[in-house]
Amino acid sequence: MTVKVRIPTPLQKLTEDKAEIEVEACSVAELVEILDEKFKGLKERICEDNGKIRRFINIYVNNEDIRFLENERTKLEDKDEVSIIPAIAGGR
Amino acid sequence: MFKFSEEQIERYSRQIILPQVGGRGQRKIRQASVLIVGAGGLGSPCAFYLGAAGVGKIGLVDSDEVELSNLSRQILHFSPDVGREKVYSAKEKLNKLNPDVEVVAYSEKVSSENIMSLINDYDIVVDGSDNFPTRYLVNDACVMTNKPLSHGAILQFNGQIFTILPGKGPCYRCLFAEPPPPGEIPNCQQAGVIGAVAGVVGAIQANEVLKIILNQGKLLVGHLLIIDLLGMEFRKVKISKNKDCAMCGDSPSIKNLIDYEQFCGIRR
Repeated sequence: MTVKVRIPTPLQKLTEDKAEIEVEACSVAELVEILDEKFKGLKERICEDNGKIRRFINIYVNNEDIRFLENERTKLEDKDEVSIIPAIAGGR
Repeated sequence: MFKFSEEQIERYSRQIILPQVGGRGQRKIRQASVLIVGAGGLGSPCAFYLGAAGVGKIGLVDSDEVELSNLSRQILHFSPDVGREKVYSAKEKLNKLNPDVEVVAYSEKVSSENIMSLINDYDIVVDGSDNFPTRYLVNDACVMTNKPLSHGAILQFNGQIFTILPGKGPCYRCLFAEPPPPGEIPNCQQAGVIGAVAGVVGAIQANEVLKIILNQGKLLVGHLLIIDLLGMEFRKVKISKNKDCAMCGDSPSIKNLIDYEQFCGIRR
């Protein structure tokens, strides 16, 4: 399954400034592993030590929050769009 | 009932002719009160548009003074204002723009001590703050008191906007359960921001507030609008009410307001 992943600005330092990456993965958990192989350190920015997505980051598959799908086990289909969205706080 | 003068009818004529506004809507706008937390990048455009639209009472909370580096985006403040308290600089501009509007300046830092009394006098709250502790505090206080809240945040060329109607839709904690640990997400001071991005997001927040006042249109309730003005993309993602939400879930664990440690960026 080839999916498109949108990388948020605060993490693009780890992805050689790439905002979009194509990845072959069957689930969100696998996607995170593959991203971490390509871009070392990405997983620890997205996940807690126990592998769960951190609480100030959401992952969306086609605009649906994976917390309301099957969390990290959410399956991916060909051409799915995955977005990693961290909380941001700027305003001044 | 409040009657508009000829001059006021002319001032607001372009919005009164809208079917969504009319005389009745303009009266609702006149009777509304909005508290804006932060008189900076987001608060400036938001306050300008709400003031121009004739919102009856606008409260501004901010404890900062105007700095030269603010002027690239905080359009309420002008060069001679450097060194002045932001809320008084803002009040002066808004009074000049529209003398109909009562502007209340609160030159104080928002905390668990004062947030309840601050929001108490207002119908709607706008979050234009610049740090996570304030954002969670404002969210929690609005959920506790059932106040509509417009959330907006910016970083570099990116923005996030979301409208919270407590009881009717998800809150900020449904979206992001907890603030990130110190230093995890850079702020505008560290990572930069484009002034026009603040303008777009603050203007969308003002538009959301007016829709709440008028009870018109579709609000960003249950949806997070994510904007990327570099890639020029606007996207909406769904936010569901989280039954495990510590604030508004089935068995909320947060009963009191929390002052998270100030950790966002270099505090002045």
